[in-house]
Parts: sequence; C-alpha cells; structure tokens
Amino acid sequence: MIPEIGHFSLILALVLAIAQSTFSFKGASSNQPVFMSAGLSAARGQFFFVSIAFISLGYAFYSSDFSVLYVASNSNFNLPIQYKLAAIWGGHEGSMLLWTATLSLWTMAVTIFSQHLPAQFRARLIGTMGLITVGFLIFILFSSNPFERLIPAALEGRSLNPLLQDPGMVFHPPVLYMGYVGFSVAFAFAIAALLGGELNPEWARWTRTWTTIAWIFLTVGIAFGSKWAYYELGWGGWWFWDAVENASFMPWLVGTALIHSLAVTEKRDAFKMWTVLLAIFAFSLSLLGTFLVRSGVLTSVHAFASDPTRGLFILAFLAIVIGGALILFAIRAPKVGLGGKFGVVSRESFLLANNVVMVVACGVVMLGTLYPLFLDALGMGKISVGPPYFNTVFVPVMAPAFFLMGLAIFSRWKNTELPSLISRLKWAFIISVVTAIVTPAVMGQWKPMVSLGLLMAFWIITTAMVSLYDYMVAGSGNLILRVIRLPRAYQGMILAHLGVAVFIVGVTLVGGYGLEQDLRMSPGEKVKVDQFTFQFDGVTQTAGPNYMAVRGHFTVSKSQGAPIILEPEKRSYQEDSMPMTEAAIETGLMKDLYVSLGEPLNSEAWAVRIYIKPFVQWIWFGCFMMAGGGILALFDPRYRRKNKKALG
Amino acid sequence: MKRLLALFLLLLSLALNAESIASDPLVEARLKSLSQELRCLVCQNQTLADSTAPLAEDLRREIRELIAKGMTDEEITNYLVARYGDFVRYRPPFKSQTALLWLGPTVMLIIGFVVLWVTLRRRNKTLPNDYEVADEI
Amino acid sequence: MKTQLKYLIPFVIFLMLIGFFLKGLNLDPREVPSPLINKPAPMFEQPLLNDTSKTFSSNSMLGQVWLLNVWASWCTACRDEHPLLMAMSQQIDVPIVGIDYKDTNPEALDVLSKLGNPYSAVATDVEGRVGIDYGVYGVPETYLIDKEGVIRYKQIGPITVAALQEKIIPMIKGLK
Repeated sequence: MIPEIGHFSLILALVLAIAQSTFSFKGASSNQPVFMSAGLSAARGQFFFVSIAFISLGYAFYSSDFSVLYVASNSNFNLPIQYKLAAIWGGHEGSMLLWTATLSLWTMAVTIFSQHLPAQFRARLIGTMGLITVGFLIFILFSSNPFERLIPAALEGRSLNPLLQDPGMVFHPPVLYMGYVGFSVAFAFAIAALLGGELNPEWARWTRTWTTIAWIFLTVGIAFGSKWAYYELGWGGWWFWDAVENASFMPWLVGTALIHSLAVTEKRDAFKMWTVLLAIFAFSLSLLGTFLVRSGVLTSVHAFASDPTRGLFILAFLAIVIGGALILFAIRAPKVGLGGKFGVVSRESFLLANNVVMVVACGVVMLGTLYPLFLDALGMGKISVGPPYFNTVFVPVMAPAFFLMGLAIFSRWKNTELPSLISRLKWAFIISVVTAIVTPAVMGQWKPMVSLGLLMAFWIITTAMVSLYDYMVAGSGNLILRVIRLPRAYQGMILAHLGVAVFIVGVTLVGGYGLEQDLRMSPGEKVKVDQFTFQFDGVTQTAGPNYMAVRGHFTVSKSQGAPIILEPEKRSYQEDSMPMTEAAIETGLMKDLYVSLGEPLNSEAWAVRIYIKPFVQWIWFGCFMMAGGGILALFDPRYRRKNKKALG
Repeated sequence: MKRLLALFLLLLSLALNAESIASDPLVEARLKSLSQELRCLVCQNQTLADSTAPLAEDLRREIRELIAKGMTDEEITNYLVARYGDFVRYRPPFKSQTALLWLGPTVMLIIGFVVLWVTLRRRNKTLPNDYEVADEI
Repeated sequence: MKTQLKYLIPFVIFLMLIGFFLKGLNLDPREVPSPLINKPAPMFEQPLLNDTSKTFSSNSMLGQVWLLNVWASWCTACRDEHPLLMAMSQQIDVPIVGIDYKDTNPEALDVLSKLGNPYSAVATDVEGRVGIDYGVYGVPETYLIDKEGVIRYKQIGPITVAALQEKIIPMIKGLK
C-alpha cells in the first residue's frame, strides 16, 4: 500500500510541477497575480508530494518490503538501519528520486525566500524550476520507477553493495546532490533574467546568495567523497580523476568562477552575459555529470548499471534544457549593456582572470574525461586518460590562478596601479620564496615540485596576512575586535583563500613525502617505516552485523610516546563474495599512519600495505575552510539589509 | 634519491625481518613508478599499482621479470601496449590522434587570456568614463 | 551581425557534444579492441590438461583455421558460453582449442566431464602467461586464427549467437 502511495504521489507531483511551470509562465507573461500565485502554490504542493514519495520509499526500506523490486535489490534484513536508509540512494532509481527530492527542496526554499523579488521575475524563476522538475519526474515515472513491485515478493533482499556500507554513504550523496542540484537555482535565475531582462546588480546580488549556498554544499560534498575514497578503497589515494569525480569537479570549478564573476556583476554591473553564461554552464555540467554516470558512455568505479535507454532520455532532456537555454542566451545577449568601466589592471580584471583559469581548468578536465569517448566515436581507437595526464596538465593551468589570487586581494575596483602593488608585495614574495626553498630541505629532502607547491601556498598566505594587516591598522579596538569588525564578505574571502593554501600544502606534502611499503608479514614481525616501528601481532576473527571479518592487529611505536594500536580488517559480506578491505588509520595533524590488510600469503603471513601520509588531513581541512569562507560571506549584512529594503 | 631512500628503508626493514613482497627494492621502485602509469584492465578504473585483481598481480610479476631482464621502462610499456593496446596507458602517447588532448590545455589557456585582454581593451575604449555603480569593498 | 553570431558559439559547441554523446551511447567503453588482430598469434607450448606429461604447441595448428578459447572452471560467464561451444564443436568444421586459464586441473576436468568437452585439445596456463601474451583481460575470450597463424578475430566475453552467425562463421568460410 505504502509504495503505491509513493508512486501515486509522484504522479501528483508531476501534475503539480506541470501546473507550476504553466501557471507561472502564463502569469509572468500576462502579469496576472492569480496565475502567479497559483504557480507558487503548485510548487509547494509539488514539494509536498515529492516528500511523501521520498518518505514512502524510506518506509519501504525501513520495513524491508521486498515486494518492491528496488528495495529487494538494494537492501536485506541484516543490513544495519542507517544503511537501510542510505540504501534509498544506493541504486539508480532511488538516487534519481533523491535528485528530484533535492530539487523540490530547493524549489520550496526559493518559494519561501523570494518574496522580495519582483513578482514577474519570481514567477519566471519558479516556472523554470518547475520545468526541470517535470523532466526529472517524467524520467523517474517512465524509466526508473523505484516503486515497481516484485511479484512474487522476494524472501530476502540482495543487499547493498558492501563498498557503500559506510558512514560516507549516509552523508556524501545528499550533500553532493544539494550542491549539484543547487546550481539549478542559479540557472533558473539566469533564465528568468534572460526572459524578463532584469540583468542588473540587484539580480547579481540575489543570485549570489543562492549560488554560494549551493557551492558550499558542493565543496563539502566533494571533500566527503574524497575522504571516503581515501579510507575505504584501501590504497590511500584521495583523488583518482575518475570520470565521476571529474563530473562533480567540473561544476565546482565553474561554480567557483560564477561566484567570482557575480562579484563583478554585482559591484560594477559588468560582464553580465558572461555571468549568465556561467550560471547556465554550472547547472549544465551538473546535468552532464548525471548523464555521464548513468548512461554508461564512460567507465567509472561509480557507474550505475548502464542503460542506453535511460542515457538517451537524459541526453534528450539535456538537449532541451541546455540547448534551449543557450539559444535564449544567443537571442538576448546582444541587447545587454556593457556596464561600468574599469582599467585593465583592476579588481574586476583579476576576478575575470580567475574566471578564465577556472573555466580553462574545467575545459581541461572535460577534455581529458571525454577524449576517450571522442576518439572512440570517431573510430580512432581506444585510449585511456588517467591520473598521470591530469596531474601533468592540471598543475600548470592552476599555477597562474594561485599567483593571481595573491595579487587580487590588493587590487581596487576600477583601477589599480601596478607599481604600487609590486612595491607593497615584494616582502611577501621574498618571504614566500625563501620559505618555499628552505622548508622542503628541513623536511629531509629537497624536491622542486614540493618547493613550487609550497611557494604557491605561502604566497597566498603571506599576501592574505599583508592584506589583513592593512585592515587591522585602519581599525580600532583590540585585535580580536578588529578582526570581528571586518566586513563578513572580506573575512569569508580571506578564509576561503587560506583554505586553498592549506589544501595546496596537503596535496604537495602528501605527494612529495608520502611513503608506501608492500610487505609480507608474519605474526611477531616488525618493520620500521620513517620513525615508526610497525609490529604485526597476528589476526583474529570477528563478526559484524552482516559480515565476518579477519582483523589484523598492529602495534605502532615511536621512540617516545604511547604505542598506537591499528586494526585493519578484511571483511566478507554474506551476500557478496568480494572481500572488502577496511584500512586502519591513525589520523594526525602532521601525518596519517595507514595500514591495510592484503591477501593471506600462507597460513600465517599476510600481505600488508603500510603508508605514511604526511599532512593528508590538510587536504580536507582546506576544503572545509573554503566552505567556511562561503558561509561567512553569506552573513555579509549587505545581502540581508538590501533584501529587506526591497521588501519594505 | 627516492630510490636510495627506498633502498635504505627496505634494508632497514629487512634487518628487522619483515619481508618486502619484492626481493629487489630497486626493481620494486621501478615497478611502482611504471605501474602507476598503467591501467588495470579488469577493474578498469584503477592503476596497475593500486589494483589487487589477479590479472594485475600477474602483470606486476611479468613487469618485475622484464625489469630483471634489463628492459627499459619504454620497452616494457611497449611490450604491454603490443598485447593490450594503447588502452593500458594512463598517459596517452603523443601522436596525431592525441595532439588535441596534449596541446588543448595550453591552447585553451592562451585563447582565454587573449580573449580577456582584447575584451577588456575594447571595452575600455567604447565605454564613457562616468558610469558609476555602488562602490565599496 | 558578426557580433551577434559569437553568442551562438556556446550552442554550437554544445550541439557537437550532444552528437558525440549520441554516438557514445551505442559504444561499449569496456570493450578494448585487441591490437593483435591481423598479427601473428603468439606461439606457446603448454602442458595438456588431461595429460600433463605431454604438451600442446600452437605451431601444430599451422595450415588450418582454428579457434582458441580461453576459459576456466571458476569463470561463470564461461559456463554460460559452454552450451554454445558444444554446439559449435559439432556443427562448425574447425577445431576448438581450449586454454584453461589460471585454474587447477582437477576442477577443470570436473567441469568438462559434467558438461561435455567441446575442445579438440585443452592446454593449461596455470600462471596466466599465455593469457598475457594474448592480451587476455576477461575470460572467456575467443580468437579466430587462420592457416598462416594470424589472428583474424577476437571475441571478448562469451560468444553470442549473433557474433557467431554474423562474424565468426562467415569469416571461417572466407578463410578456408
């Protein structure tokens, strides 16, 4: 019964979503408040019914209703409760429902927090979001219905892929989707503005808040995913340039560009069409990611069972939504004014230079990800483009961006004198260079790549410090008060940029000084890696809620301090013959100790991999700092103040 | 330097009697750097270095033997390409089909900055001086 | 007019992408074409499955068209392919040589005694070395080799009825 309620709710939601967009667009074009408010109510109703559907599916998982095909294929009785619920998005159908539910949630948020917007603009906004929802609901109902019955019902489900039975599965997809789908709001703002012609600084300010929120979610979501891969996949990497990772990274890069370009549009009323184009791109790349993951055109560790029919549907949807948006863009763009004037060296131009680098970086990721597909489609052979390619080309592309970041903080709107900039930053530059050269030598071994990485990180840090110092000298009160009194947007920018520096430090040092040992160890044997002695104390058998595990025991001792116990596991799940490696990690600010258990080599000895990962936590900490910077910027009073004014 | 360090660490570890999987640390260091550039064909989205699939283990064994035979890294890569095609290389070789792949990033970056420069210059010439919008940090 | 057209650039690029994706939907990214097609089949000489004191040499097949099928007892897809191989051994007039890949002999012999033996000879490849020479990455794989010992066709994964009728049988006829 409950699954039928869910299914029926989806149908109702589809009807309401159609009403949402028809009424809204009709109301906007004829300026009739009745239609516009009908569209608004339909949007809220649509959210209500999608929520019912989502809860119904959740209930089916909670109650292990194996008469539902999707539940039977992704859950079983023994699955711990948190994974039963996470299994809602463990397969294709349910994750599409999560996509749609997230979209509905954003729509609901837009209906609530858009009262200050001009009525027609607001209606077009909600109408556009309705159109996207219609597409996804049709897709779910006609090709990916999670409520499909299984007759006769299965006695026991097939369970969730053991790889996904991890706390990461509970958080990573919803947060990532909040980011992905959140760009639909920026997209809808762009379409509404193109339709109505409200491209002005006000528009940029409205859009900026929504974009920043989506960007924060995406940043955190990607960081979660990276960290999950780090501990779950058992070889200690944090980024694999896998097609699906790239699919989430591309919208992030363009989203980052969009945040910066919105600043130019907001302050200077300039580069409006470029900003609109980025808003369209950001969401297009989210849709593209969905297509790449689900159509099977690329191989990936994450890919869902590939299904060309579904691929064709998403492709058609992609063509309509993005193609339509780009045609609208081509029609409207020539009529938009240029905005404020600024010098070739100015804050505006620095922000736009950031845009160039971010968009090119996204282009590089896309080129590498899709190139095998291009060649294959042209019948020119099969190739692989993997981490060695991306690592080679990505760093040189990003390096100028990091350098510009330092300069940009000091630049002024409209015009900046280059000579004054150089004289003010020469000390920051000298300090960065010296530290970058000396630090790797202190770490034990001088490497050019490490030095280059640290130079970029220190450059960002020192320039941020000089800038902070400038503001502090100008302020009054004690030191802490002075920091607190700085504008939130500025604080957020500094924090996010420092996050980039922290991230670079982590990436550089773990790449430069990470150690790895492939060993054959019998109980009682010891190995010294770096300054740590790892002793293997043998294995014991343990049982989890739905798996059996061999647990290895390692005692790690340093010259001083208490020894650390590390217990990596090798789990075999009842339903799946593939054993899962569960690494044991001792996390630290300066380094992680990482042990994973390989195969048993004979009755006693085991293959063991030991890694030392210096500063690896800084990678994710840096990402969280970037997200934190975004949150701070959201609290900048100018967004609330002016919104209230517009409302009054 | 890296190899020396690895050698040193491995000698240390041997002294303490936990055995490395490989008998020769120099071979192992080369295997590692080589296999990070090669794709595991069974799992398809892992490098040969990271994969624990049986075929990956066989191929690592094969590579160890080829290194011991004195083949260069390039010869070993060619040996594998002859059997599995360019598909095994995670770093595609530069040839006419991949020219766009390798030159693309540089070309895009140059085009990007040229377009930005030209747009900014042209914009500056066409706009009047007195356009004012809100001016704060 | 020129300035108007430049705003169409994103749309045009997008259309090209869509074209590639449309094409890509019909391609299998997992299928890796063998570089060995139209190259001489690597020579091997391996112990026979039913009598390890004797060996099978690929040179002994020179002068005839033959199929080389890589399989194993642990491979479930091979089990699906088995009935088709049995039918082929009776209806197609070319020898099918098996390579028992990374397997143990008792288990392999057990499978053949239960399901029937479609092979004219089965060589063993316990360490997977012949497999590497032939670029095997997923069993079952089947090679069609001509009279000069040149590989003409490779089937990755189980032979399908379609592949048999449209590719393998016509090619065999052409090669004879």
